[in-house]
Amino acid sequence: MADDMLKSGNLPEHPERATLEGSNKFMGFWFFLGGETVLFASLFGTFLALRNSNAEGPAREDVFGLGLVFIMTIILLTSSLTSVYAMYHMRNHSFKKMQLWLGVTVALGLAFLGFEIYEFVHYVHDYEFGFRTSAFGSAFYTLVGFHGAHVAFGLLWFITLMIRNNKRGLNLYNAPKFYIASLYWHFIDVVWVFIFTVVYLMGMV
Amino acid sequence: MSTTANNKAGFGSALWDYLTTVDHKKIAILYLVAGMFFFILGGLQAMLIRIQLISPDNEFISAQFYNEVLTMHGTTMIFLAAMPLLFALMNAVLPLQIGARDVAFPFINALGFWLFFFGGIFLNVSWFTGGAPDVGWTAYAPLSLFSEGHGVDYYAIGLQISGIGTLIGGINFIVTVVNMRAPGMTYMRMPLFTWTAFIASVLILFAFPALTVGLFLLTFDRLFGAHFFNPDMGGNVIIWEHLFWIFGHPEVYILILPAFGVFSEVIPTFAKKRLFGYSSMVFATVLIAFLGFMVWAHHMFTVGLGPIANSIFAVATMAIAVPTGIKIFNWLFTLWGGSIRMTSPMVFALGFIPTFTIGGMTGVMLASSAADYQYHDSYFVVAHFHYVIVGGVVLGIFAGLIYWWPKMFGTMLNEKLNHWFFWLFFFGFHLTFFFQHFLGLMGMPRRYWKFLPDQGLDLFNLISTIGAFFMAIGTIVFLYNVVVTQMKNVKVGPDPWDARTLEWAIASPPPFYNFKQLPLVRGLDPLWIEKMENNGRMQPAEPLGDVHMPNNSFVPFVMSLGLFIAGFGVMYQGGMWILAGIGFAITAGSLLYRSIKDDLGYHIHKEDFDKEEGDGSNG
Ligand code: HEM
Ligand SMILES: [Cu+2]
Repeated sequence: MADDMLKSGNLPEHPERATLEGSNKFMGFWFFLGGETVLFASLFGTFLALRNSNAEGPAREDVFGLGLVFIMTIILLTSSLTSVYAMYHMRNHSFKKMQLWLGVTVALGLAFLGFEIYEFVHYVHDYEFGFRTSAFGSAFYTLVGFHGAHVAFGLLWFITLMIRNNKRGLNLYNAPKFYIASLYWHFIDVVWVFIFTVVYLMGMV
Repeated sequence: MSTTANNKAGFGSALWDYLTTVDHKKIAILYLVAGMFFFILGGLQAMLIRIQLISPDNEFISAQFYNEVLTMHGTTMIFLAAMPLLFALMNAVLPLQIGARDVAFPFINALGFWLFFFGGIFLNVSWFTGGAPDVGWTAYAPLSLFSEGHGVDYYAIGLQISGIGTLIGGINFIVTVVNMRAPGMTYMRMPLFTWTAFIASVLILFAFPALTVGLFLLTFDRLFGAHFFNPDMGGNVIIWEHLFWIFGHPEVYILILPAFGVFSEVIPTFAKKRLFGYSSMVFATVLIAFLGFMVWAHHMFTVGLGPIANSIFAVATMAIAVPTGIKIFNWLFTLWGGSIRMTSPMVFALGFIPTFTIGGMTGVMLASSAADYQYHDSYFVVAHFHYVIVGGVVLGIFAGLIYWWPKMFGTMLNEKLNHWFFWLFFFGFHLTFFFQHFLGLMGMPRRYWKFLPDQGLDLFNLISTIGAFFMAIGTIVFLYNVVVTQMKNVKVGPDPWDARTLEWAIASPPPFYNFKQLPLVRGLDPLWIEKMENNGRMQPAEPLGDVHMPNNSFVPFVMSLGLFIAGFGVMYQGGMWILAGIGFAITAGSLLYRSIKDDLGYHIHKEDFDKEEGDGSNG
């Protein structure tokens, strides 16, 4: 029976939830995301309390530009969509296509991260707006940085899973792993939508 | 010769077994041992505090050391003693009560323990490296920023590590309850202890991340030059207080709910009646948890949030007394007309009810925000929270330990000594803390190193210190009892208390797979139903089959060790950054290993069960 878990043929309809381990993981991860929600809510609260506390340093209107973050938003939203494609192919048991779409997701995620790093460097060099500039600076970099760290972790997670399972294909053991990684990715995406709104859009008006 | 060699191998392999175990029953024992260790440590700190305050103008310990001892007493007792001891009980009995073979995530369960453990050790390393944290267990900013040395950094990083452990432990229990119940074990048939542990885990899940963020901000301010709490640079110290209490108030309910659960098991067993108002008990538990998230600012009445905010939080706080009162009356009605056996867990329960009620009453007094301007930061608050925490949580923990001791170890603690323990501890407790109410009303502030003579405070402080000694002696009696009982090692049967719930249907201690066949649950108090209507044995819900078990793993230990090492690097920086590199590499490496190495567990084949001796279990 244990070996069945690793066979890649003859999968049931929902391979990610077909075993008890799989459904435990699935549910446990949803709860984990509940905790993550409180984590980000606390960071958002802190940011909202400190967003006008720029002391002597630059204020929101001085640094934020919508163009770049708009592109980043589009990229991340698209990557969420491509990961949905990947999960769609997982449910149809076509492993190759799943890997392909995950590859696209990772590429988009990397692009997002690259833009974010560029953004930070730009703020620090051109505006002298850093983590230690003011309470606002600390709050901004902490909130957006936590999100960025989540993106980086998610990318490493996808890449590990893709390489590890490349040769053996989909089975009951790794299907839940792919699935929760993609859940995590959606979560990161939703958080970004809030960051885009609360930090940038509300920062412009 | 050969026997010693054998013994040695025996010890080595037992140690390795515990370092790698993923069995919830062994993890329970790990939590118990570590929790008791920290409980004793915190108790010694309490004795130092009380000896310092035995007389006015005392010079027994220095002011700085007093601050450190006071801070570490609170921090240790809450995070490193009460929490893990409750986790010990939950691990020991929750899966058995719902008829599960294991928890949902055995690996995560072990990881949760080791993270807690290394976090606790990290915190206590501070004693040897220049001073422990000295700003109170609440670590209010900006005091926590002004504190010199690295004490507060140990606090922030140590609690961060152990907090992650608690969080994942909570998730594990939630999923276990949702997904792993035996056939017929519906939600409304779950024992109250399982219910309260379940709801407490939900509270953990939603409360601990706020602490995580608060600790990150504190760490960033102290170690990386951020300005969250620095008003000069636009920071705001009140953010810490909000985050801390958004975590902190639910935390007190995380502690008390499982204790409520223990008493809700003990009282029906020894009153020989089913719990009065079972569904209202469940409802009250859920309501307490829900309201528990909406009252945090009652710790901040004097901050100046304004009359409207204060009033709202005052009313919300008082509302919690309603579901709490429902519980008290349900316990009383369970006792009413029961055939009561005065076993020691029962005596703990009977001591708990009035003591906790007093604590609840002072709580409602404190909740009147206008009056709280007088009470706040005085010994009245100290008396309040010790009445609920010692009179509720600690009595609950010990009642639970004594009650489930046979299930955990297969032996019975000596009842006579248990009663001695109770009376010494209980009498000492009231002596220590009852008089602190008056000290507070007379104006003695909490957390002060000294009080002055001739202010009418001498006598009550002296009485309080004498009481503390009684509590210490009581605890020593308990520890002596444990040692003697385990040395004698007289085994008892599966159901020594003539109890009602599923855990008593299998051997004491249970075999590592718990249930050979999952039991069929036919109602609330399933074992009692079988005792009344049948032969007293659970009916199996499935034919005998192969049983799937998880593999042991050393990875949780290593993963936690990595964070422990990394903590020092992050704190000392400079050349020590290398430690952070090494530590994080160890943790990341073990994460990677865990991810790419398949771990499918193994099966016990049904033929192999026959080789086991008949264990008197339901089979
Ligand atoms: C009817 C229920 C309760 C009410 C109305 C209540 C109310 C309060 C209030 C208003 C305070 C703030 C006092 C001040 O700082 O001026 C307080 C402090 C405290 N309460 Fe309660 N409480 C209740 C139950 C509990 C329970 C069950 C626990 C723990 C198991 C608990 C633990 C604490 C602790 C630890 C503090 C002090 C925290 C600190 O400042 O160090 N309370 N309570
Ligand atoms: Cu509170």
